[in-house]
Amino acid sequence: MRNPALDLPLLFVDVRIRARGLPILDGVSLKIESGKPTVLIGPNGAGKTTLLRAAMGLVRPSSGLITWGGHEQSPPVRRAIMFQRPAMLRRSTAANVRYALAAANVARDKRETRVAELLADVGLAQLARRPARKLSGGEQQRLALARALARDPAILLLDEPTASLDPAATKAIEDIVRIVTARGVKVVMSTHDLGQAKRVGGEIVLLHRGRVIETGPAGEFFAAPRTEEARKFIAGELLV
Amino acid sequence: MPDNGNVSALHLVLSGDPVLLAIVWLSLTVSLSAVAVSALIAVPIGALIALTRFPGREGVIVFLNAMMGLPPVVVGLAVYLLLSRSGPLGAWGLLFTPTAMIIAQTVLVSPIIAALARQTIEDLWTEYHDELAAMNVGPLRRIVTLIWDARFSLITALLAGFGRAAAEVGAIIIVGGNIDGFTRTMTTAIALETSKGDLPLAIGLGLVLISIVIVINAAAWGARRLGEHYAG
Repeated sequence: MRNPALDLPLLFVDVRIRARGLPILDGVSLKIESGKPTVLIGPNGAGKTTLLRAAMGLVRPSSGLITWGGHEQSPPVRRAIMFQRPAMLRRSTAANVRYALAAANVARDKRETRVAELLADVGLAQLARRPARKLSGGEQQRLALARALARDPAILLLDEPTASLDPAATKAIEDIVRIVTARGVKVVMSTHDLGQAKRVGGEIVLLHRGRVIETGPAGEFFAAPRTEEARKFIAGELLV
Repeated sequence: MPDNGNVSALHLVLSGDPVLLAIVWLSLTVSLSAVAVSALIAVPIGALIALTRFPGREGVIVFLNAMMGLPPVVVGLAVYLLLSRSGPLGAWGLLFTPTAMIIAQTVLVSPIIAALARQTIEDLWTEYHDELAAMNVGPLRRIVTLIWDARFSLITALLAGFGRAAAEVGAIIIVGGNIDGFTRTMTTAIALETSKGDLPLAIGLGLVLISIVIVINAAAWGARRLGEHYAG
């Protein structure tokens, strides 16, 4: 396995992705480096989800290049994604994590310990035996996060991880993001929530209509946006 | 009130008539064996069709769905020709044995289980696709995962298969021959006894057949609900 530090920066070079003839990503060039979380923001249809899916290797660019630490052909093994609406396997909470560990080739004799650790990390230890599909929305998101962390990722991609969650559940997810970031995991997440972007973001990337409009450190981005689109978006005006 | 067979039938059932019990036992053995064999063959086939894309796939699905309505007598005839002394498998000497009946019912039931399993697993695959792809789960493990996670829904497919097997008479009467004490099942016995005018046995067997179908469906339903409660 490669040294995870060598997997960054994640580089998008003029990446274009089309679906049914329409551009979803339209010439995205972006450099994502190690360190604090990178937060993708932008209105619906901006291309945030597609960008994360492309980073995970779930969609292939129509043209352009995605490289990891300079390697185009060998994406990192230690990357994981959490979807906006994660599917819960029809098993118990613990069995969902156990499955992810098995899929990540974690040795059988180490799985139970890791299951307990991961469920404790996301605050679901008490619900280990509950069927995953009977968990609340926030609990399911945390379980999905535990499954993603089961891959021991160096890069963790989160697609709208707190969409439609209440404030308490949102805080729980953000706390986990802070903890894993402190452990050295690079988090790249998308969000609609500008407050969340301010709370979590180290680096902000504003996308609109499949293009990168502006990037910058969260403090600078919110205090002094350089583009008209960024200014409008921060002010809550509609980007059309 | 004259006995039209109902009272005598009830007496046969309640007294545990050995002839009736032997017929019931053979019927269950044949139908459950056929469903078990079909499940082993048809569920993986259904899963494979659900997960793979190949030229002509739509045609295969239409064909599979159409085969759910296979006429039992046609299946009986085909298996008869296969197992008859001059047929390609005649040397096995299986014609007019319970094994021949199991083969015929397996042919009859497999398309039902495969078609229903395909639909069930495809629906689940739509839901799981991204997660399993993100976890880098290989093709074989995907199939096993989907079959395991769809297991409670697949019970419905197996029940549909059992219903078909337990109720059919056309195929097994052709390949089994309805031999007394050897290949006589509930449905073939009902047909025979009715034609002979022995209504008590026919009605008794009918009652048992309906009861068994209800009990097995209820047990499977209970198992499904219990499983869903504990596993999700």
